[in-house]
Amino acid sequence: MPFIPHTEQQQRQMLAEIGLTMDGLFADIPADLKAQSFHLPAGLSEMEVRNRLAELAGKNSVDLTLFLGGGFYDHFIPSAVYSIISRSEFYTAYTPYQPELSQGTLQAIYEYQSSICRLTDMEVSNASLYDGGTAMYEAMMMAMRITGRNKVIIDDSVHPIYRVMIHSHTQNLPVDLNETHCTNGLANRAEILDRLDDQTAAIIVQNPNFFGCIDDFTDLAKAAHEKGALLLVSCYPISLGILKTPGAMGADIVTGEGQSLGMPMSFGGPYLGFMAARKEHVRKMPGRVVGETTDREGRRAFVLTLQAREQHIRRDKATSNICSNEALCALTALVYLALLGKEGLKETAQRCADKASYAYQRLTAIKGVEPHFKARWFFNEFVLDLPCEAADVIARLIEKGFATGFPLSRYYKGMENSMLICVTEKRTRQEIGMLAEAVESVL
Amino acid sequence: MKLLFEKSVPGRRGVGPGPSDVPTTIHLNGDLLRDRCAALPELSELDVVRHFTELSRRNFGVDTNFYPLGSCTMKYNPKVAERIAGYPGFAHLHPLLPQLRMGDMLAQGALAILYEMDLLLREITGMMGFTMQPMAGAHGELTGMMIMAAYHRDKGSQKTVLLAPDSAHGTNPASAAIAGYRVVSIPSGADGLMDLAALKRAIGDDVAGVMLTCPNTLGLFNPHIREICDLIHSVDGLAYYDGANLNAIVGKARPGDFGFDIVHLNLHKTFATPHGGGGPGAGPVGVKEHLVPFLPVSIVVKRADGTYALEYNRPKSIGYVAPFYGNFGIVLRAYVYILLLGKEGLARVAENAVLNANYVRCKLKGHYAPAFDKLCKHECVFSTTEEMAANGVHAIDIAKALIDRGFHPPTVYFPTIVKEAMMIEPTETESKETLDAFIAAMIEIAELAQKDPEQLKAAPVTTPVSRPNETAAAKNLNIASL
Repeated sequence: MPFIPHTEQQQRQMLAEIGLTMDGLFADIPADLKAQSFHLPAGLSEMEVRNRLAELAGKNSVDLTLFLGGGFYDHFIPSAVYSIISRSEFYTAYTPYQPELSQGTLQAIYEYQSSICRLTDMEVSNASLYDGGTAMYEAMMMAMRITGRNKVIIDDSVHPIYRVMIHSHTQNLPVDLNETHCTNGLANRAEILDRLDDQTAAIIVQNPNFFGCIDDFTDLAKAAHEKGALLLVSCYPISLGILKTPGAMGADIVTGEGQSLGMPMSFGGPYLGFMAARKEHVRKMPGRVVGETTDREGRRAFVLTLQAREQHIRRDKATSNICSNEALCALTALVYLALLGKEGLKETAQRCADKASYAYQRLTAIKGVEPHFKARWFFNEFVLDLPCEAADVIARLIEKGFATGFPLSRYYKGMENSMLICVTEKRTRQEIGMLAEAVESVL
Repeated sequence: MKLLFEKSVPGRRGVGPGPSDVPTTIHLNGDLLRDRCAALPELSELDVVRHFTELSRRNFGVDTNFYPLGSCTMKYNPKVAERIAGYPGFAHLHPLLPQLRMGDMLAQGALAILYEMDLLLREITGMMGFTMQPMAGAHGELTGMMIMAAYHRDKGSQKTVLLAPDSAHGTNPASAAIAGYRVVSIPSGADGLMDLAALKRAIGDDVAGVMLTCPNTLGLFNPHIREICDLIHSVDGLAYYDGANLNAIVGKARPGDFGFDIVHLNLHKTFATPHGGGGPGAGPVGVKEHLVPFLPVSIVVKRADGTYALEYNRPKSIGYVAPFYGNFGIVLRAYVYILLLGKEGLARVAENAVLNANYVRCKLKGHYAPAFDKLCKHECVFSTTEEMAANGVHAIDIAKALIDRGFHPPTVYFPTIVKEAMMIEPTETESKETLDAFIAAMIEIAELAQKDPEQLKAAPVTTPVSRPNETAAAKNLNIASL
């Protein structure tokens, strides 16, 4: 049998030594509880499985040129990322409960936490959460614990899927969710300030927002703090290579989707939820945290710390139920950031912005194609208005080999003719030119 | 060992995007930019590779040696699954493609896998529908609790209490509390199983459900499991099965047949996907017929023409717990594992996992104090003996001494209802030779606990660091190098 090393003789010998039979090993399961049916296919050889899966992989359209982002991005991944995270000392390890055997994982998580803090200009980070959406939900719950309040304001320029996830996760909880409506590409100040009061736990915003527009939330941080509320900012980590940081804006908790930091898109996961915060809130933060200490000889060592917040100690009083997180994805992000380094990340972010603005110029030069938000700064995504239904144009562009943009009508009323276009550093000038020609030809 | 940041050399370059082929046409407004670069390290590619290679050598995985961490099912992770997850047809598939018009036709291979995995897991567990969205076991628990709440809300029931045994994983009460329930802990009886009399006293109309692992965290199968499910059903509560310990019964018995309404599985345990140093995992949730309408959106369905589509129109659904289809890369690895093993192979999993656990239990019971001296399933739990305690030897000392003998220690101090607990889960992928070597090491350590306890308290001495000062770590908190 695959992966079971015992020979029949060894099995017999082991059973004899302990005075049991194979049936006897399951004598504690009442007969009427044993499986009556178990209709599964017979096992396959590795060769058969690889052939079958190669065939299934071939039924996925991965040869399209991607101008599709929407929070999940096709960035270049250096080869060394794969080499390093494929070391099985990392990927076949469990949670680092035994620090002496896990200094590799523990130091890497400490370095990851440090990198997230340096990237966002925050003071503390946890060891990872599942994804950007659950990270935002956890940040919201954390803000409610810190403030003792349950009113939350969230602008609809925040990723629509995250907003749905927050709504789903809080159905059975006393959370007063208030949604404000993005105005001309930015979080709606008038509505947010109107709703903000001394019952408000948090304002949740995103930068760049779902439409790709860049905002500066310094004013919202100030307004939130005056009412004793917190500012929660979700961000796109690659953009922080050049953009003003949430820390500099005065954010209290920062979350985001870390997929862009070296993880393939992999049809929705595994991804990486990151969370950083101000130090004063560290004991209210969910998830694992690694700290530096010393061993008996005074050598530097790393351990899981602040565990008194967590489910295995506090049970129903824990800050979160999270146990397994996305440790290998956190390692991936760390390795990616280390390989790019200070200048490499800045250049990558700048290149995304340059290519997006080049594509913007090429596409808005086409008759009938207009920018949706006038005079707004964007990072690497922008919204175009078409003379006809966007979903229709996108479908026709797929036939030409481009996965171009996302039809915004799926999540926003009145945006039937609008599509969200994304350009990463991977797209070439030639591909952008070909896209412009293709768009022109299908309109 | 130095940190990455301490190795940084100003001006040194790693990997960059290369020369640009487009003009810089728009300069962003300076007020929107960061005032200085993020203080990331400046290293060459080789510097980075060496740093992480050195870190990897300070780590221990299943590939290193025996890893009998109780309740974690540290079995071998087949390499072919890693290889297949890297196929460009899977790794480079954008999750938003199916949301485009006719976009599901762009991801037929991936949707086929999600669809087939649903059917396979239904058959393995005896449930009627699965969601692959939950991204870890605890996330599956939370999803299950949300489904439970939605079911009761739909029926107009006001139920506020969730029951869980005192031997439960901490995630159970935490997940229930986070979903909005008040958790009532049911004590274990002298036999290590849920105290039925105490359960009956706790049962009432306010009970929304019960969460159970079976076998439980003591490795014991509860023969009254159906009676417990019936009791919960008698007050219109739901029975939730925590699949963390499914490895003990996979192919032999099905939680759906016991009477459970909701099940989560840890694909990173029973279905052999790697733990990654703490994740990513995957925690698919399966439900019986009456709860299928509450499963998260979307669900993969098969059209009459044999193609696959995503169904979003599910009015009673709890919504989204993941942005898309969960940790697809992990679900894919588990799918590969199930295809490789098939029906016969999966049945052998439980048989050999239970054989190995009982072999270790019988061989060690003269040397350590078994928590329960009877047949176990996938794991066995021991305590230190009175003699060891008299010598000041604790479970942690035995764990650390095992490290010096090349083994990962068992789970220690859990379950909390057993003093000085050592919870050993060998799994089915370990050979007799490995088990014998582990048993010999455990016996040697037991002898040392009498003869030379100081040696155990000094352990480990073979690792890059000795026992770290955890109190100082929490007191002088340093969790980021800024």
